[in-house]
Amino acid sequence: MAESRNIAVTVNGKRHEQRVEVRLTLADFLRQQLGLTGTHLGCEHGVCGACTVLLDGQSARSCLMLAVQANEHEIATVEGLAPSPDTLHPLQEAFRDNHGLQCGFCTPGILMTLVEFLRDHPDPTEDEVRVAISGNLCRCTGYQGIVAAALDAAKRMRKGG
Amino acid sequence: MKPPRFHYHDPETVPEVVGLLKTLPNARMLAGGQSLMPMLNMRLVLPDHLIDLNRVEGLSYIRERDGVLEVGAMARQREIEFAASVRERCPLMHEAILQVGHRQTRNRGTLGGSLCQLDPSAELVSVAAALDATVAVAGPKGTREIPFSEFPKTYMTPAIAADELVTGVRFPLWGKPHGWAFVEFARRHGDFAIVSAAALLEEDGAGKIKRASVTLGGVGPAPVRVKELEKALIGETVSEKRLRDACEVCRKIEAMQDVHAPSSYRQHLATVLSRRALEKAHARIGGGRG
Repeated sequence: MAESRNIAVTVNGKRHEQRVEVRLTLADFLRQQLGLTGTHLGCEHGVCGACTVLLDGQSARSCLMLAVQANEHEIATVEGLAPSPDTLHPLQEAFRDNHGLQCGFCTPGILMTLVEFLRDHPDPTEDEVRVAISGNLCRCTGYQGIVAAALDAAKRMRKGG
Repeated sequence: MKPPRFHYHDPETVPEVVGLLKTLPNARMLAGGQSLMPMLNMRLVLPDHLIDLNRVEGLSYIRERDGVLEVGAMARQREIEFAASVRERCPLMHEAILQVGHRQTRNRGTLGGSLCQLDPSAELVSVAAALDATVAVAGPKGTREIPFSEFPKTYMTPAIAADELVTGVRFPLWGKPHGWAFVEFARRHGDFAIVSAAALLEEDGAGKIKRASVTLGGVGPAPVRVKELEKALIGETVSEKRLRDACEVCRKIEAMQDVHAPSSYRQHLATVLSRRALEKAHARIGGGRG
């Protein structure tokens, strides 16, 4: 019988108490056990960045963590970004307006990466944005739209949304 | 389910970890997980026991004491990046850490994890070699210190026993003012470097080099201190031509080859990057932040 443990994790402000197999990754826990499929899995070995979530406010690859390690920690995923079902986060608005996505597979990871980055750097240069998203692969956009969206979002967020 | 089955342990003290290591067969320690987790996901490692170090107390310090930077094994790369003491007193490490992976991996990755993974092109491994660091290790018989020059046993294998763990690292700091530079060539920012070069320089009052450290990563199975080059620089007045000539010794270093690059290309990079690192380090002597 595979080893399992009880964990308590706060995801997007909601506390979940669950039993998990100890070898379950945080990404698979979010997707399969909590049904939060907004967190995407591309490479599953820490290269593509699609599974990026915030762990206690800091971006991390959820494929490179075990769910048991998230016990008593706070996770934020893309599902928690929008303030309400019919309102987008300013970062999401900026992505829509600047063609920051095409197929959308990489987008959740990039959004979570940028949420942390723009919180710490509210007025970034284009170069800083490019370094910030260097750990996220996108095969559709050529990144131009993503960089434009990040800079636009920074402007919107400085104005208060 | 990607990782193989294992038993999970999350001890809270170093003695507990040592106790587990001593009794559990085929155990692996999990630090930041940025190397071990991919290997588990791909089932390249099959441990029976996983000992998670993330709840162990007292291994996350970063402090300066008597001219030595002391960093705990579980200090995150992100914490090292933002530590004022590292930025001010150990700028080589600061410059190197900005080239370690990405923000998301530095948020989790640790100093001890990098050193024990011992990838030949890992930046922190080269920094430890460049600064003549000392690695503190705890085991059943207590603690011991290993000079970094003796820490790599062979390719990606540290000289620690199966029942020992790295608890911290001491980096002797260079006096001020000194020059420093960490440069590398990677296909993309954040990728593992094909070759990296770390340089440290100190001059005497007459503008002659009195102390030099040159380290190449990604060339041999462990970082290579280019002693011949270091010696050749002592007593010299630096000029572009002098550095260009001196760095030619790097072309003769026995370099590894793999799918990324043949050894001749690594030798070429070693020669060019050691010169660039020395030029940059030299320009920074005297406090310039370059």
